[in-house]
Amino acid sequence: MTTIQTKSGRKQARWENYQHEAHWRSAADEFDAAKLGMWLFLTTEVLLFAGIFCAYAMFRMLYPEAFAIGSGYLDVKFGLLNTVVLLISSFTVAMAVRCAQKNQQFWLRTNLYITLVCAGLFLLIKFLFEYTPKWSGYFFFLDPTLGHYEKSGQTALWGMFHFVEGYGGKRPGAFFDYPFAQHYAEPLWWAVYYGGTAIHALHVVIGAGLLTWVLVRSYKGIYGPKNYTMVETSGLYWHLVDLVWIFLFPLLYLIH
Amino acid sequence: MTVMDRPHDVMGHGHEEGSFLDNRGLGFWGTIWDWASTVDHKKIGVMYLVAVLTMFFIGGVAGLAVRLELFEPMTVNAANEVEGVLFNAGKLVQTETGEMVRDRTLTAAGAGNTYNRIFTIHGAVMVFMFIIPSVPAALGNFLLPIMLGAKDVAFPKLNLLSWYIYVVGSLFGVVALIMGGTDTGWTFYTPYSIQTDADYYRVVLMVGAAFILGFSSILTGLNFIVTVHKLRAPGMGWFDMPLFIWAIYATSIIQVLATPVIGITLLLLIFERLFRVGIFDPSMGGDPVLYQHFFWFYSHPVVYVMILPGMGIISELLAVHSRKHIFGYRAIAFSSLGIAGVSFIVWGHHMFTAMGELASAVFSALTFLVAIPTAIKVFNWIATLYKGSIALNTPMLYALSFLFLFSIGGLTGLPLGALATDLHLHDSYFVVAHFHYVMMGGTVIAFIGGLHHWWPKMFGRMYNEKIGMLGCALVFIGFNVTFFTQFILGTQGMPRRYASYVEHFQLLHQISTVGSWILAVGFLVHLANFLHSLVAGPKAPPNPWGGLTLEWETESPPIAHNFHHEPLVKHGPYDFESVVPPHCSEEDYPLPKSVS
Repeated sequence: MTTIQTKSGRKQARWENYQHEAHWRSAADEFDAAKLGMWLFLTTEVLLFAGIFCAYAMFRMLYPEAFAIGSGYLDVKFGLLNTVVLLISSFTVAMAVRCAQKNQQFWLRTNLYITLVCAGLFLLIKFLFEYTPKWSGYFFFLDPTLGHYEKSGQTALWGMFHFVEGYGGKRPGAFFDYPFAQHYAEPLWWAVYYGGTAIHALHVVIGAGLLTWVLVRSYKGIYGPKNYTMVETSGLYWHLVDLVWIFLFPLLYLIH
Repeated sequence: MTVMDRPHDVMGHGHEEGSFLDNRGLGFWGTIWDWASTVDHKKIGVMYLVAVLTMFFIGGVAGLAVRLELFEPMTVNAANEVEGVLFNAGKLVQTETGEMVRDRTLTAAGAGNTYNRIFTIHGAVMVFMFIIPSVPAALGNFLLPIMLGAKDVAFPKLNLLSWYIYVVGSLFGVVALIMGGTDTGWTFYTPYSIQTDADYYRVVLMVGAAFILGFSSILTGLNFIVTVHKLRAPGMGWFDMPLFIWAIYATSIIQVLATPVIGITLLLLIFERLFRVGIFDPSMGGDPVLYQHFFWFYSHPVVYVMILPGMGIISELLAVHSRKHIFGYRAIAFSSLGIAGVSFIVWGHHMFTAMGELASAVFSALTFLVAIPTAIKVFNWIATLYKGSIALNTPMLYALSFLFLFSIGGLTGLPLGALATDLHLHDSYFVVAHFHYVMMGGTVIAFIGGLHHWWPKMFGRMYNEKIGMLGCALVFIGFNVTFFTQFILGTQGMPRRYASYVEHFQLLHQISTVGSWILAVGFLVHLANFLHSLVAGPKAPPNPWGGLTLEWETESPPIAHNFHHEPLVKHGPYDFESVVPPHCSEEDYPLPKSVS
C-alpha cells in the first residue's frame, strides 16, 4: 500500500489523510451527499428499466401465447445460474464496503476480485450459452445442452462452436428467422428479451468498470475507514444491477 | 447587517479575491482552457447561457422561417423550388442522353417537405436545446449555490460534464440539421419516424441528440437536488430558501424522475430505426400508441420543467421590484411541488383521440388539477403587488408581462383539457397559440426578465434601462400580435403543421407573421443592449435592486468562491419590511413604520 511520510515520521495510509473537497463543510456532509446523489441516480436507472418492464407488461397482455412460447425457448438452468452468480457478487461487494470500513485492505481487494469474476462469469454465460445459440444456432462446445441436439457437423472458430440446424434465428423484429415459429408475435418477444437483457448486460459492464476503477485505486491505499465513498456508491450501483436481474429473471424465464 | 463578518469590514486583514470573470495573466489560450476546464458553477452557468442563447437564435431563425412561409398559401411550384435549392432533393434519374439529373417533379405530399423540416428544427431545437436547459442550467447554475450561501454545487465536476454532454447532444442536433433536418416534428411519432428518410441517418442523429441531452438534464437535476439538501448555509431552513430555489428544486425532481423514461423511449426508437425490432411498429405487432404513452410520460412533466423555473423567477422579480414580502410564501413553495406531482398523472391528455372513453375522461379530470396550484401562484403574485412600491423597470415589466401572458396561456389550456372542446380544437392553431403563450409568454418572458434582473450580478455591469424597456415593449407587442391571431385561426379550423391554407386565413396569417418580425426586433434590441452593457455599461453596485437574497450580499460579479466568509442567514429572503438590504442605506430603502 502506498503510504505517506508524516512530519512525525509515522507512515500513514493515504485514506488517513483524506481531505474533503473545499466546498463541503465536513467529510461527513460530502459522504452523505455522494450517497444521496447515487440513490437519485439509481432512481433514474429504475425508471429507465421501467420502460422495458412497461413494454413487457403490455405485449404480454396483448400476446400471452407468444410470450409463453418465447419463454419456453429459454433455459431456466442458465437463468438460475446467472441469478446465483449475481447474488454472490452482491454479497461480496457488500463485504468489500465492510472491509474498507474496517481497513482490511487484503479482503477489500479479494472481495472486489470475486465480484469482478462474477460479473465476467455472468456475461460469459449470457453470451456463450444464451445469446449465441439462439441468435445464430452455434453452440459452444462446453454447452451442457448441446447433447440434446443433432450437430450438423458445421463448426466455427477452430471447432469451438458447433452448428445445430433449425435452432438459431430467434432474433428480434426484422432479424427473426426461426423456421419453427408458432406465433406471429414471437419476434416481438425476442425484441423485449434482447432489449431488456442487453441493456441490463450493458449495466453489468458499466458496474464492473466502476468496480475495476475502485480496485485499481484501492492499491494506492485510498480507501479506508475515513474514505470509502467510492466503494460504497459503486457497490450501490452494483446492487441495482443485481436487483434489475432479480426482476428480469422470473419475468423472462419463469412464465408459461 | 445580516451577515456576520461582513466582507468589507475585514478587507484590511483579509485576502482580496478577484471576480470569477478575472482572467488577468492567463493570456488567450490560458483563458480558453481556464473556462473549458472550470468546475466553477458560475462559469458553467455563463457557458450554458451562451450555449442556450445560440440555440435560441437557431431555433428562432427557424421559427421566423416558418412564419415567413405562411405569409401566403404555398404553391407546389414554390415548394418545388425551395426544396430543390435547399436540400438538392429529388431522385437521380438518367435522361435519354445518358445524363444524370435530379427529378424535381414533386407530388402534393412533397410540397410541404421543406416546411416540415423547418418546423421540426424549430420545435426540437427550442424544446430540447433551449427551453429545457434555459433557466435551470444557465441561471440556475449561476444562482442556486450563491442563493443557498454555498461555494459551489454538490458535484462540480459532474456539473462540467453535464455541460459537455449538452454541447455534444446539441452538436448531434446541428449535424442532423446540416444534413437536411428531419420531418418528423419534435415528437418523433411512430410509425412515421421509423419510415421517413429511410436512406439517411438524420432521424437517428436527431433522436440521439435528444437522448444525449436527456443525460445532461438528469445530471443537472441530480446535482441541484443534492445541493439543496446538503449545502444550505447555516441558518437557512427549508422555508428560508428563496422561492426561485423551491422552483428549481421541484424542476429537478421532475428532471430526475421523468427524463430516464424518454431515455429508454428514444433508445428503443433508435433500435427501431437501426434494427427494426418492431416494438413500435404495427406491421410487426408493435404498438405506436405505446410510443406516445412513453413519450408523453416524459414530455408532459417536462412542460413543467420548462415553466416552473420561470415561475420561480417571477416570484423573485415581483417581490424585489415591488419591495413587498411575497404573499403566501409556503403556498407558492408547495404549489411548485404540487405542480411537479400532478405533472406525472396527466400525460394522457395528449392522446384523447387514441384512448378509450373512460381513460380520456379520467385524464381530462386529472388535467384540471394542474389549474389549482397554478392559480394559487398567480393569485399570490397579484396579492404581492398590492400596496407594494412598484419600480417599473425592465425586470418588473417582464414580470407583469408574464402575469398577463401566462394567465392567457394557462386559461386557454382548460378548453384543451376538456374532452368536448378538445375534439374541435386539437391539432389546430389554438394548441399552437396555447403552448406558445405558456412556453414563450411564460418561460421565455421570465427568462429574459430574470436575465435583466441578474445581469448586473452576473457580469458586474448595468444595462441601459430605457432600451431594456423598449425591448420589453416590442417583445410584448410582437408576441401578442404573433400568437393571439393564432387563437382565432385555431378556432376557425386552421390545422397545425400545414404548409398551406385556404385564402380565408391569409389576413390573420399575415398579421401573425408581421408580429414575428416585431418580436425578432425586440430580441435584437435586447441583444444589442446586453452587448453594449458588457463593453460600456456602467459598473454595477453589489445590490442594485435592494434584494435580500444571498446573491446580493456578495460582489458584482461574485468573487471566485462566492463569499469572503460563509454567510449566516438571519432573516428570510423577502423581509423587506424589517431589513435594510445589504450594501444599501436606509435612505434609499426606508423601512415602513410599524403599524402597531
